[in-house]
Amino acid sequence: MIVVALVLLAACMLPFVVSNYRTFQFTLALVYAIALLGLNMLTGYNGQISLGHGAFYAIGAYTAAILMDQYGVPYWATIPAAAVVCLIAGFLFGLPALRLEGLYLALATFALAVSLPALLKYHHLEQWTGGVQGIVLLKPDAPFGLPLNPDQWLYFFTLAITVLMFVLAWNILRGRMGHAMVAIRDQHIAAEAMGIHTAMVKSMTFGISAMYTGIAGALGAIAIQFVAPDSFNIFVSIMLLVGVVIGGLASISGAIYGALFIQFVPNIADAISKAAPWAIFGIFLLGFVYVMPMGIAGAVRMAVARLTRKAQNQAAKP
Amino acid sequence: MEGVGVRFGGIVALDGVSFDVEAGRIVGLIGPNGAGKTTLFNCLSRLYECGSGDILFNGASLLQVPKHGIAALGIGRTFQNLALFRTMTVMENVMIGHHCRTSSGFLFNALRLPVVVGEEHATQEKARSLVRFLGLEAVADLRVADLPFGTAKRVELARALASDPKLLLLDEPASGLNHEEVGELGVLIQDIRDRLGLTVLLVEHHMSLVMSISDRVVALNFGRKIAEGTPAEVQAHPEVIQAYLGGAAH
Ligand SMILES: Nc1ncnc2c1ncn2[C@@H]1O[C@H](COP(=O)(O)OP(=O)(O)O)[C@@H](O)[C@H]1O
Ligand SMILES: [Mg+2]
Repeated sequence: MIVVALVLLAACMLPFVVSNYRTFQFTLALVYAIALLGLNMLTGYNGQISLGHGAFYAIGAYTAAILMDQYGVPYWATIPAAAVVCLIAGFLFGLPALRLEGLYLALATFALAVSLPALLKYHHLEQWTGGVQGIVLLKPDAPFGLPLNPDQWLYFFTLAITVLMFVLAWNILRGRMGHAMVAIRDQHIAAEAMGIHTAMVKSMTFGISAMYTGIAGALGAIAIQFVAPDSFNIFVSIMLLVGVVIGGLASISGAIYGALFIQFVPNIADAISKAAPWAIFGIFLLGFVYVMPMGIAGAVRMAVARLTRKAQNQAAKP
Repeated sequence: MEGVGVRFGGIVALDGVSFDVEAGRIVGLIGPNGAGKTTLFNCLSRLYECGSGDILFNGASLLQVPKHGIAALGIGRTFQNLALFRTMTVMENVMIGHHCRTSSGFLFNALRLPVVVGEEHATQEKARSLVRFLGLEAVADLRVADLPFGTAKRVELARALASDPKLLLLDEPASGLNHEEVGELGVLIQDIRDRLGLTVLLVEHHMSLVMSISDRVVALNFGRKIAEGTPAEVQAHPEVIQAYLGGAAH
């Protein structure tokens, strides 16, 4: 509890001590944290692998962009809209996906993600999607005369939604349905025999997971002020999966670690070598996987356990 | 059970098996390996489709009930080869057993409405009392993956009881137990039946256990019922002796 409060406090001070550009980068990290939390519910807690969550990220982003650009909807109102659209899209995709297990599900979601950019470029949809050109958006100003520049305001707006989404996820995961999700992952036959409606829980988890990722997509579009088909290629999906695994499967805090990783490690790699940044990124990735096989969250958990044990031993000594 | 039949390709796992289980009784189900005992349990919990016949529970056909509806009807079970939720603790496993007696969905959970908190307290209370009843207090917060086989079997029993079953299906609960523990298990099963007033269908290879606590015994061989009656009657039945001794002179 104290740790959470301290992290929140630090997060609130952040935009006043770093540059606007850094603030913008942290806004994106928050966006990824929401997306990763969604994917982690599906893959980490429920055991369904998705290689295609970039598609839901894109659907959320385009929902926000089209509503703002074509219909003059205020930016904040596009978030719930993206949530509903992606919840439904995810649920509908999750229903037929019930028949698929493991790698086959991964392939089906992969198919979704590879085909979506082409759909976004499709010329009959161009009047809404802007085709290959995409859609340019305006950056919102701080409301109520708050003394914040747009970057700072967007950071706080995203932070508030992130906190809300994390609290809701925490409630689900520690509750009846969260236990059901894990039970299905561990032993789906016994789960069914215990009265868990596995088909319903799995497709709802898919929907909720897509909803989280869609909300992230909408926030990302608002922050970056631009959507275009090629920014949502398969690489987004793979980076999300990387973030979930590096952060720590089936861990809420893992979503934050993973988000910081996928947001900042590519930058660090770029700073180290302009010539081969992805090689450097690959080395980082290997290093993390090798040193922290349970993800960053797993490593943190073990370190904390070791420290408390040490403290107890010290206290026990006369 | 009315003429239940199940086939797997060419194998006839159950062939027109019929018998009744009276409420409040302990009924033993015996037969050599591969006789179809586990298959019969899987039909009862709807994990397998019956090819023919019907299963009536309190007068209604089970074949209309979806898999996940069986627990709510009051049929709880354990599995021959353990089917616990491995990453979860003993407490959490037992709490999942109570899933079918609670009903809050995703939205209520996300908002953590008072109903949810109330349900959770009731579930925890239930799980705690079962953990105590089965002497699992010491391991309550351990992950089940780290438990020895015998303890894990008891966790499965607790999980099954958490669903408030009327009919309890036990698939080889004594496997992996030593002689003394088998005796304790027999007392425990009778105690559960008497205290909770439920009906038990018991698959077991320990003849002494089955014969000492069962009110009636059904014997299967190659998917067919070969004998049914009191323990003494079934034990004396020539086909049963034949099945168990494989025709060897004794
Ligand atoms: N899922 C299955 N697929 C194919 N054959 C099966 C399956 N389950 C059981 N069987 C076969 O059905 C027969 C009865 O098995 P089972 O019910 O497990 O026996 P028991 O529990 O009495 O030892 C065996 O021949 C077994 O190989
Ligand atoms: Mg068996």
